[in-house]
Amino acid sequence: MSLKQEPEQALKTPGQAGEVALPDFKRRRRRFNYTPFLLLLPATLFLAIFFLYPMLQSFIIAFQDSQGGFTFDNIDTMVKDTNFGDALKYTLLFIVIIVPLQVVLALIMALVINTGLKWAGFFLYIWTIPLAISDLAAGIVWYSIFTNHGYINQILIQLGLTQTPIDFLSFENPTLVFVAVVIAELWRATAIVMVILVAGLQVIPRAYTEAAEVFGASPWQRLWHVTLPMLKPSLQVALILRTILAFQTFALVFALAGRIMPVLAGEAYKWYNDVRNVGVAATYALLILLLSLANTFIYLRFLNTKAEELA
Amino acid sequence: MSILDQVNLNDNAPVTARTARPVLNQRSMARFALYVLAVTLTLWIILPLYFITASAFSTRDALYDWPKSLFPNPISFDTMDFFLNSRGVYSSALNSLIVGLITLALSLLIGAPAGYALARFIFPGRDSYKLLILTTRAFPIVILSIPLSVTFLNFGLYDTLIGVALVHTALALPQTILVTSSIFVAVPNELEEAALTLGCHRMSAFTKIVLPMALPGLAAAAIFAFVLSWNEVFAATILTSQNRTLPAQVLGSLSNSSLPLRYAGGFVLIVPSLLFILIIRKYLLNMWGRVVK
Amino acid sequence: MKRYFPLGVVLTLLATLLLSACGDNTAAPVATTAAASATTAAGAVTTAAGAATTAAAGAATTAAAQANAGDIVWLSTQLSAVQENEGFTKNVLNSFNGKVNYIQKDNGPYTDQILSEEKAGKVTVSLLGGLHGDFPPFIQNDLLEDLTPLAAKLKDRGIPQTFLDLGKMGTNKQYYIPWMQATYVMAYNKKALQYLPAGADANKLTYDQFRDWAAAIQKGTGERKLGIPAGPKGLYNRLLQGYLYPAYTGGEVTGFRSPEAVQMWTYLKDLWKYANPQSVSYEFMQEPLQSGEVWLTIDHTARLIDAVKSKPDDFVLAPAPSGAKGLAFMPVLAGMAIPKGAPNKAGAEALIDFISTPQTQINTTRQVAFFPVVKADLPADLAPGIKAEAAAVAAQSSAPNALPSLLPVGLGAQNGDFNKVYTDTFTRIILKNEDIKTVLEDETKIMNNVLNTAKAPCWSPDPPSTGPCQVK
Repeated sequence: MSLKQEPEQALKTPGQAGEVALPDFKRRRRRFNYTPFLLLLPATLFLAIFFLYPMLQSFIIAFQDSQGGFTFDNIDTMVKDTNFGDALKYTLLFIVIIVPLQVVLALIMALVINTGLKWAGFFLYIWTIPLAISDLAAGIVWYSIFTNHGYINQILIQLGLTQTPIDFLSFENPTLVFVAVVIAELWRATAIVMVILVAGLQVIPRAYTEAAEVFGASPWQRLWHVTLPMLKPSLQVALILRTILAFQTFALVFALAGRIMPVLAGEAYKWYNDVRNVGVAATYALLILLLSLANTFIYLRFLNTKAEELA
Repeated sequence: MSILDQVNLNDNAPVTARTARPVLNQRSMARFALYVLAVTLTLWIILPLYFITASAFSTRDALYDWPKSLFPNPISFDTMDFFLNSRGVYSSALNSLIVGLITLALSLLIGAPAGYALARFIFPGRDSYKLLILTTRAFPIVILSIPLSVTFLNFGLYDTLIGVALVHTALALPQTILVTSSIFVAVPNELEEAALTLGCHRMSAFTKIVLPMALPGLAAAAIFAFVLSWNEVFAATILTSQNRTLPAQVLGSLSNSSLPLRYAGGFVLIVPSLLFILIIRKYLLNMWGRVVK
Repeated sequence: MKRYFPLGVVLTLLATLLLSACGDNTAAPVATTAAASATTAAGAVTTAAGAATTAAAGAATTAAAQANAGDIVWLSTQLSAVQENEGFTKNVLNSFNGKVNYIQKDNGPYTDQILSEEKAGKVTVSLLGGLHGDFPPFIQNDLLEDLTPLAAKLKDRGIPQTFLDLGKMGTNKQYYIPWMQATYVMAYNKKALQYLPAGADANKLTYDQFRDWAAAIQKGTGERKLGIPAGPKGLYNRLLQGYLYPAYTGGEVTGFRSPEAVQMWTYLKDLWKYANPQSVSYEFMQEPLQSGEVWLTIDHTARLIDAVKSKPDDFVLAPAPSGAKGLAFMPVLAGMAIPKGAPNKAGAEALIDFISTPQTQINTTRQVAFFPVVKADLPADLAPGIKAEAAAVAAQSSAPNALPSLLPVGLGAQNGDFNKVYTDTFTRIILKNEDIKTVLEDETKIMNNVLNTAKAPCWSPDPPSTGPCQVK
């Protein structure tokens, strides 16, 4: 369905060159071609052994009671838990707000790099650095910035903007805490999107945009009608990956928001590590999996309709 | 706006300058704005990094001072020294490096062909295959590692670097496959076709035309794989005992350590990834220009 | 050519990879070598040492301590902080005659490693270290050796019977031998003393005076400087179980929804008004104490030590406040256990013996902020911070109205769920502002369920029960 968009993409891009490629693909489809399956075989085997098998075992854990029988008890426990509603709410809220912001920011960054300004390599390097920082380490850094006796308050006081330190991370002001988490997450995890987009931009032939320029297209028009459509495969991948990863992180939220903003991945870890109830932890994992996939679909849909409107 | 003016002019800065400057003064204004934007973004990224570095080289008393000093004064190597001399830091760093490089190699070797297949061929089950790969990344690693540890024990992979690298490869594969595939899709098919009609074998068409163009994507995938492996803590903790990687050794204990050591550890964990990105970074840029000419 | 550099790297790596992969089965070139040889060595030692023990059954403990105990893998949840870990391995374990590999892991990975190793029948760990609450999953699966003979051998060390009983986990087998103890005490910044309410003695506070002090600090400084370790890894659940609940109701469980409990939660809500609003993310109180964000708090001794150690003149430690039913406090106990199938059981027993000597116990106290469980007189030359902690701990346990509250006994796999009842009640009443009585009724049902499943009878200070302990 929505994923089908991509083969067509392969044929149509770049630009109107689709007709050139099409006959070739038709020809190949007529006689059965083993090549793709051979190419996919190693990855498939690998994932089956190291991922599919343990994942199926986790499913069993999620639906097994202590006697080894089938049960929905873990789902029941999870849903009735005090933190479940909040965790679901905050996880979705974070994703809905952070991921689009990250994509826009990353796109701006990638386009800046792509102008080939002087020191582009330097800028790219600096902007890529957060990629190397684990969410735990990022949590430590941003906590030291936002905490009561932290760097922001120090700077604000030195500038004379406030007399007493501001409580950015107060449980009484969840909005402010939320904003702090968003800023920290933007800092930490925009790089992955940017790197994908930069790599994607490198492949777009200059000839296309130059041609558009010759025909008098404005910069905006060039961006909307040439660059973005051609960047679509990369954008799609960046969105999907970023969304999925966003479902997994919790250390940074733990560090800044402490106990007041539970997230699903954090709850899974708490049930696993603190409560020591692996069944409920596995159930949370299952929920995260389902939500990630659902979100992936939504993003794909959204991106496709957008692209069709443009075409 | 300022960025858009410059979009896709790519790397030929001298050419741009030559054509732009005489035509419009507006262009140099835009260019100036562009630099302002770039520098602002850079400051935003660099400031927190500066804080962690400055903190790692401050005296422990200075860290708790209020009002706080924004510069390390005096510069102190005490906590860094203590951290670097603590048990197992070097061996676990070496372990991490080995695991990271194996992960990188394996994920590119296994992932890039799959990415190519997804980009270039239409075959039954293609879409479900993509979804299947995605599930790998969508399932929390902690939970995945529990059943794996028994399997690994049975196959003698438990507490080995290869074992950890295999799991990290499984985690890195989805990004490798998807990122390389998105790049292969964008490499114009007609170029490959042209090479084929000119008598190139499919394989040499791939290595001579497609591979060089896909290099930015491969570089990106390589960075992701290495960094993922370098920072991964859950699988590495659960699947090793005596042969631990640096994050397994350090990251978990960081949040339980005193503040000065947290900064020292945080700083030490970042540095190797920085070096790695520095090496691979240039492959991300400018490939198109080189190949076409 | 240059652009093929990554490809070259990849190919080289592949070669290394193949080499090392094959090496796994044969000679093992990379870091696996060490592990492989270590295992064989340990195996050899086991047989040798095992033979030795059978031959010289009942030999004097000193003999075992003198012989080289070989390689011992010690897996533990304790001493995770880098500085504690360093101090313990470099300055305590180094004087043991044998090679100890001390591996620290969080509770989850720790438990799963043992469960997996036992399941696969390939145990690499010889000694387990953990808190009282870390052992139930192993006992439930019958994975621990009975250490009753060893406990008998160590009788002259003077380990208190209460502690040995805790190590039996409600059975008649000695599952763990006490290793070291800690507790929670109050800590304050000397600057806070000027706000101490008139007539109050900082060493003998009541909970009401504690709150008034916190309120006075806020009034005086304009900042809320009371800290409560209520972050994701904070130990405030123990403050509820072992401090506030017993101080108000006289027990941990039975009075869970009593009128006194309602009074306690009302008090806590009141107290929370003066708590630093970042308390929800505080995990170790030593950090906010040192940064000056917090002037007054209660936390685990090991989570305060960094502050009193580095600035013994700025911070003071004192017993926890007391309530109507007395000065309730909870001793925290860490223990050592031997997993079934341990590759070096004799070595592990020798190590337990070594750890339980007064000298080692005092050394441990010097390195980490845990205290001896055996009869050992702390020397006068302890670091000022440790000395201050020892004094506060002693004052707390010897207070005339002292009410020691034990860690949960016999909860088994329900240990985590039991803790969750307290943290959930806190979240609902304090953070979500739900009605106290409703929450207590709700959580009572869960609590009774947990206790019924565990079939755990009441433990001190709750009055003994015939069946499973239940909320009244």
